[in-house]
Amino acid sequence: MADPIRWARYRWQRLISTEGREGSRPSNSSNKYHQSSKAIGKHRIVIPCLGHFKEEYEKVSKLYMNNKIRTTKYTLLNFLPRNLFEQFHRVANLYFLFLVVLNWVPLVEAFQKEIAMLPLVAVLTIIAVKDGLEDYSKYKMDKQINNLLTKVYSRKEKKYIDECWKNVNVGDFIRLSRNEIIPADMVLLYSSDLDGICYIETASLDGETNLKQRQVVRGYSEQVSEIDPEKFSSRIECESPNNDLGRFRGFVEHSNKDRVGLSKENLLLRGCTVRNTEAVVGIVVYAGHETKAMLNNSGPYYKRSKLERKVNTDILWCVLLLILMCLTGAIGHGIWLSRYSEISFFTIPEPDGKLIPPTLAAFNVFWTMIILLQVLIPISLYVSIEIVKLGQIYLIQNDIDFYHEKTDSTIQCRALNIAEDLGQIQYIFSDKTGTLTENKMVFRRCSIAGQEYCHEENAKRLESYQEMDSEDGDSADHQCGSSMHISKWEGDDCRAVNEPLNRKSVNLLSGSHSALGREDGAGDAPHSGHVAFSSPIETDVIPDTQLLKKFGQISSHSCDQSEASSKLSLETMYITDFFLALAICNTVVVSVPSQPRQKMRLSSLGRMPIKSLEEIRQMFQRLSIRRLSSSPLPNVKESSSESPSSFVSKLSVFRMKMASPALDETAQRAAELHNMDSPENSHVPQELDMVNVAACCEHNSATSSIELSPLPKLCYEAESPDEAALVHAARAYRCILQSRTPDQVTVDFAGLGSLTFQVLHILPFDSVRKRMSVVVRHPVSNKVVVYTKGADSVMMGLLRTASEDTNNSEVEQMKIKERTQKHLDDYARKGLRTLCIAKKVMSDAEYAEWLNHHFLAETSIDNREELLLESAIRLETKLTLLGATGIEDRLQEGVPDTIQALRKAGIKIWMLTGDKRETAVNIAYACKLLEPDDRIFTLKSQNKSPGFSAGLVIDGRTLEHVLHDSLQNIFLELTEKCRAVVCCRATPLQKSVLVRLVRNKLKAMTLAVGDGANDVSMIQVADTGVGIFGQEGMQAVMASDFAVCQFRHLKKLLLVHGHWCYTRLTNMVLYFFYKNVAYVNLLFWYQFFCGFSGTSMTDYWILILFNLLFTSVPPIIYGVLDKDVSAEVLLQLPQLYMMSQKSLAYLPSTFWITLLDAFYQSIVCFFVPYFTYYGSDIDIFSFGNPINTAALFIILFHLLIECKSVTWIHTVVVVGSILFYFVFTLAFGATCKTHNPSSNPYWIMEQHMTDPVFYLVCLLTTCVALLPRYLLRVLQGTLFPSPVLRAKHLDRLTPEEQREAIKRWRDDSVVNCRVELHTISGSSSSVTALETRGSPAGFCTLAQHDLTFPFRKQAF
Amino acid sequence: MAVNYSAKEEADGHPSGGVGMPGGGAGAGGAVKTRKPDNTAFKQQRLPAWQPILTAGTVLPAFFIIGLIFIPIGIGIFVTSNNIREYEIDYTGTEPSSPCNKCLNVSWDSTPPCTCTINFTLEHSFESNVFMYYGLSNFYQNHRRYVKSRDDSQLNGDNSSLLNPSKECEPYRTNEDKPIAPCGAIANSMFNDTLELYRIDNDTRTPITLIKKGIAWWTDKNVKFRNPTGDGNNLTALFQGTTKPVNWPKPVYMLDPEPDNNGFINEDFIVWMRTAALPTFRKLYRLIERKNNLQPTLQAGKYSLDIAYNYPVHSFDGRKRMILSTISWMGGKNPFLGIAYITVGSICFFLGVVLLIIHHKYGNRNTSADIPN
Repeated sequence: MADPIRWARYRWQRLISTEGREGSRPSNSSNKYHQSSKAIGKHRIVIPCLGHFKEEYEKVSKLYMNNKIRTTKYTLLNFLPRNLFEQFHRVANLYFLFLVVLNWVPLVEAFQKEIAMLPLVAVLTIIAVKDGLEDYSKYKMDKQINNLLTKVYSRKEKKYIDECWKNVNVGDFIRLSRNEIIPADMVLLYSSDLDGICYIETASLDGETNLKQRQVVRGYSEQVSEIDPEKFSSRIECESPNNDLGRFRGFVEHSNKDRVGLSKENLLLRGCTVRNTEAVVGIVVYAGHETKAMLNNSGPYYKRSKLERKVNTDILWCVLLLILMCLTGAIGHGIWLSRYSEISFFTIPEPDGKLIPPTLAAFNVFWTMIILLQVLIPISLYVSIEIVKLGQIYLIQNDIDFYHEKTDSTIQCRALNIAEDLGQIQYIFSDKTGTLTENKMVFRRCSIAGQEYCHEENAKRLESYQEMDSEDGDSADHQCGSSMHISKWEGDDCRAVNEPLNRKSVNLLSGSHSALGREDGAGDAPHSGHVAFSSPIETDVIPDTQLLKKFGQISSHSCDQSEASSKLSLETMYITDFFLALAICNTVVVSVPSQPRQKMRLSSLGRMPIKSLEEIRQMFQRLSIRRLSSSPLPNVKESSSESPSSFVSKLSVFRMKMASPALDETAQRAAELHNMDSPENSHVPQELDMVNVAACCEHNSATSSIELSPLPKLCYEAESPDEAALVHAARAYRCILQSRTPDQVTVDFAGLGSLTFQVLHILPFDSVRKRMSVVVRHPVSNKVVVYTKGADSVMMGLLRTASEDTNNSEVEQMKIKERTQKHLDDYARKGLRTLCIAKKVMSDAEYAEWLNHHFLAETSIDNREELLLESAIRLETKLTLLGATGIEDRLQEGVPDTIQALRKAGIKIWMLTGDKRETAVNIAYACKLLEPDDRIFTLKSQNKSPGFSAGLVIDGRTLEHVLHDSLQNIFLELTEKCRAVVCCRATPLQKSVLVRLVRNKLKAMTLAVGDGANDVSMIQVADTGVGIFGQEGMQAVMASDFAVCQFRHLKKLLLVHGHWCYTRLTNMVLYFFYKNVAYVNLLFWYQFFCGFSGTSMTDYWILILFNLLFTSVPPIIYGVLDKDVSAEVLLQLPQLYMMSQKSLAYLPSTFWITLLDAFYQSIVCFFVPYFTYYGSDIDIFSFGNPINTAALFIILFHLLIECKSVTWIHTVVVVGSILFYFVFTLAFGATCKTHNPSSNPYWIMEQHMTDPVFYLVCLLTTCVALLPRYLLRVLQGTLFPSPVLRAKHLDRLTPEEQREAIKRWRDDSVVNCRVELHTISGSSSSVTALETRGSPAGFCTLAQHDLTFPFRKQAF
Repeated sequence: MAVNYSAKEEADGHPSGGVGMPGGGAGAGGAVKTRKPDNTAFKQQRLPAWQPILTAGTVLPAFFIIGLIFIPIGIGIFVTSNNIREYEIDYTGTEPSSPCNKCLNVSWDSTPPCTCTINFTLEHSFESNVFMYYGLSNFYQNHRRYVKSRDDSQLNGDNSSLLNPSKECEPYRTNEDKPIAPCGAIANSMFNDTLELYRIDNDTRTPITLIKKGIAWWTDKNVKFRNPTGDGNNLTALFQGTTKPVNWPKPVYMLDPEPDNNGFINEDFIVWMRTAALPTFRKLYRLIERKNNLQPTLQAGKYSLDIAYNYPVHSFDGRKRMILSTISWMGGKNPFLGIAYITVGSICFFLGVVLLIIHHKYGNRNTSADIPN
């Protein structure tokens, strides 16, 4: 139900160009407010309506809108005039109106005035009703939203009272509790959270479900008690309302003129939900339509499809034809009239008794003819196209193959009018990460201090996942998959329990675990958003043996360190820092999954730095255990195939000690038992208690009930999957990120226990710097440390150079740098994503100096971004390289297959990625974008010999040069000769420039597919933008025209739906042209026999209803349901896509052939009755009736000839149309004696129904008219069958035969190519080499070649 | 069968929105509703369909069948048409030799009317009922403004329209401030020649009875055309307050002495009011009924046609004809339809043969290429 309404709105915005821009911004008043608020300057001043500010408040706040919203376009009163006004912005309606008005001029009047209005009235009414309904639903929504309650501070009652949203004003204090929705944009002044944080969920705004942190304005967070609005005496100055969600600038000025900077971190956005925070208080700064959410709420934009553009040009031809016909009529009438010197019986004199002069009469007739032949301009075509597109979209959305079980999502068609463009794609521009790959980052390798740790066990684990995936295929198995692991794990774990007495606790444990496991499995289904980046494959990392050993050493060392610190070797220090950096240098939010939105908090004990003797003792104990462990490896491996629970890996450490195989089986059985009927409700304790952790260590004691009490699973919510992967990797080495607040990060470091770092700054990631940094104060050394991670290309340049002091460590550092670079290159070659980790220790003085500058940058309003950037760059210098990581991003399911199919379909695929060259090339190979035979060109290569398959790889820096005007053409020429182009290190801007370049210069249909915010510009520029519901939020989806869940869905979307939509719509459009021309020409021919006077031989009602009712539904059904080739065959033979890609169904010649056929048919349809009735006593309408009836049959049967598949719906509609026609004409003929003055078909149909000649005429006319088209189709089908036609033959075969035939078809083309491969070059020529060779014509010939081959072989 | 099956499935699939869906059974609550599309034949576009493939082989029978049906029909029609007797005289009088040449320039109101007589000989006798037509050529009764120039409700006996005719009738709506009945250009230009037919038998002219009733459509005479209603049946009184059309010599209520053929329901008038579709047309004028089975209606022999020549057609190069014709089930004489059927039938047959050849030469490769042997 929502879709038609959305559709209607769409149409609106498109048709009403001036109003449409405003989208949901309804009233002029809002504009006025805007201007006035602008008038007072760039900034807005927000003052609370309290106490001494009152006067100023009243002065200022009047200028701002209140929180009442009205998104409706109309009110009850202005609906009719305004709606009509808007409707007449539409060209089509204006044309109608013009005709109606024309018809009111008596001299040219062709139809009766009222009847001529019928089409216009029908269209206006339908759209008005649609608008009305849509607006009413909006009104109801508005009302509902406006009347939501929120707590607003009331001055009178000195407390927060319930108030409707619509009564909230700028400057009001609002208090919100957990899970309440934020009513207006407000600055956060208080949060019940001790750290002054508030979590919000922005799902309703951008669809992202991970929590965002917001911070109380600095200076207010220290307050212990809730802020008292009465005492708030500051004024807030901020920028004027704008729609940039990611930016908010302003400052709070206290009464003592102190200024505190405000950023988006302080702003709570309307529409978001408060989570995890008991209560927050904020002051409203933007309300109602001025909130960022509302300003962002602009309507969808409109793209015009290629087919539609073509239709428009053909409609211009129709206009030309119409004018030509009308001119013929006018001239003919003039000549005819000039033959008569005096008034004859049938020429009616003017009121003055004289005959109208022929020229004037001719002029009048011209307009009359326009009215009469108006149908030639197929206005109904536009309406029908839209209905057909709606139907097509409906069918696409309901395709079960696009359903993705894991995310419970299916395809979303956000643009409703470019479905047929899917059938014409020539270029696909694909993002890599998240589009081709799963964007599930898996930690694979790392290099620390120049030493590589290859994590072989982890690789094995991943392989096993891959196998599991391929075996299961179905995601439904995930749940049992994880439960299987659980039981396995439990089996292992039970070894830890060496006393039967402990059975109970084991049960408890297993119960809770299976519950956990289930939750995990369920998490994959509908609410997977809550646990982003946390599927087991990503979270479980098996530590590298070697590294683990070293780690063990550090731990002990660091323990020592707490007493005597300087014994650390350089390497172990590196390792420690490396993992700390992994754990700290990010923006991951920690929460506990058992209570999904409950923020993870440490107990007060946990918050204290570990200093107590007791803990140190425990730590030692733990370490000694580890040292004792003889064979840690296998166990560790087992454990880590488990679901993402940190404590599991922890426990695995302990379990190894008490392995008692004898108990194994019984315990396992017990575990299984409990697995089956495990209670769902087993609750995991919420707090992580250090004592608990410690207790775990005391393993050999019999207090296993404590030891086994499950620890809470930590859930990391990261903004990017890389971060999550790194944090999880760190956790595998028991460097566990425990909690994160804006001020501090707590890491549970294996050897050291819980370390709490004071966070001084976070310099977030941006695409310019390509790195992020965290500035912390190290709890042990108490120094300021900067941890930075980023792309190696930038990081390597920032490292400390050897100039300062040349001691050992510097030399060492150089070596590390060299070796790390080697590893990085190696990683990249293996297709891993690489990151460099570095750190920098600052003295307090250095830090203080930097801080000063930074502070200035933070508080500036105007060019804060640049200043912050500069400041960050100043900080990130002279870094010490710690190491590098290699993260794998696995290919999505079915990607190579899809790429191959699309390639076969003649689509060129470009990969545009921000990753580095080696990674990109590697992925390109993996997904069959590049093939081993391919010769890879870098751009510098001058070799342009086109004989072999070539791939072009180009990186961002080169791209910049290439995109200069002078080189563009050469570059494109080169790319045309390559079968694949990979652009790496491309910025979002470059991506979109490339797409635009190809689109404009090559005049090609482009499709851009991506999943992240960096793909948005590319998606918007391309003819068709496809978003993928990915791990990185919804921006890409929001900007896209189609949103799919998986890359592989593109295959069916393009090959099947694209093909269908295109051919359906094309055929329907051509049919419409045919229908209108054929029908209108009947009237035209008649003009030759009525003195070109504009008489119609058919009753006006029937004439107008013919298009409106009798022949309107079948073409729509045809356009929605026709199926030339079945989906299976289309998928198996991607070559068929080229038919629609090259617009073979709608060549310019096709249009003219169609018109020619229409002319022929109309001539037959007119002249067969003409000669039959020539010279007889037939009257006008009796003459018109057989013509009209025959035309109906011709037009409907023509459709049946063109139909590729006839379902019962087609039958019903066609038969229904015919029946409806007869019923209507019979009823009309029986009833209208006088109602219909000046045109009176009384009893004519009845008379004809009893007349055999009528039937004979209809039969003959229909047969003769359709004969050529029928013959043409037959000959086409026999002599020159198109590939589509031949594919259609396949549908008729039994499945086995079909499979064999398809195989042969494909084999033949392969053999075909193989032969060429061997004969031509023996080098790297392949079928695709041919494809790349040349122009579009080359594609065609290849297609023909491929497809005709099997048959030719048979024939000879 | 397939149709029923699909219809049912669709009907099931639509309103319930996923009764059959796994996990989606919550229905009214909608809380557990998945977004999984229904797996119905309609939504998945798997409706059973007839997929016609037009190849020479498949359509061969159609061509032969059409040929075989059309040719006999054509022959039948042709024979029927040929059996119709038709005789036509042009009495316009444009040729100086024509007896009616003297009347060529008559005007509407010449009294007494110009009369002329044309003698003619029927070579064959007319066996069945004979229809007598008058034919006009180059007369554009289908001119747009002419066609509209009438008031149907006036003709239907509507009293208010009688006195206040429709504007469409302009400029033949009123005359000297009196409404014209019947108004409009069509009525005004009504054909008013009088034709009388005599058989000349040894120089004696025996008039042939021309029946003037039954020439109009029954529905026109009895439903569509009605005299005004009022007290009494005196048409003169009923048409009180109206005036005759300008060109008419006498008012509408004096068209015929017989009351059931007078006024608006005069059949000559009704026939005229049914405007012809083409500029060359004929209109039924009189019927000559066959008296008995022994004699033909019109024997072969000499006849003479007496014409009261009132209707001027010379100004627009019109022609006037008198046509005598018998009639068959398919109307008057027209060889076109028969010939057309025979031609089309032959063409189809011929095409059938051509397709047969094509099918034998090329058709096999299609089917055999795809279907493994």
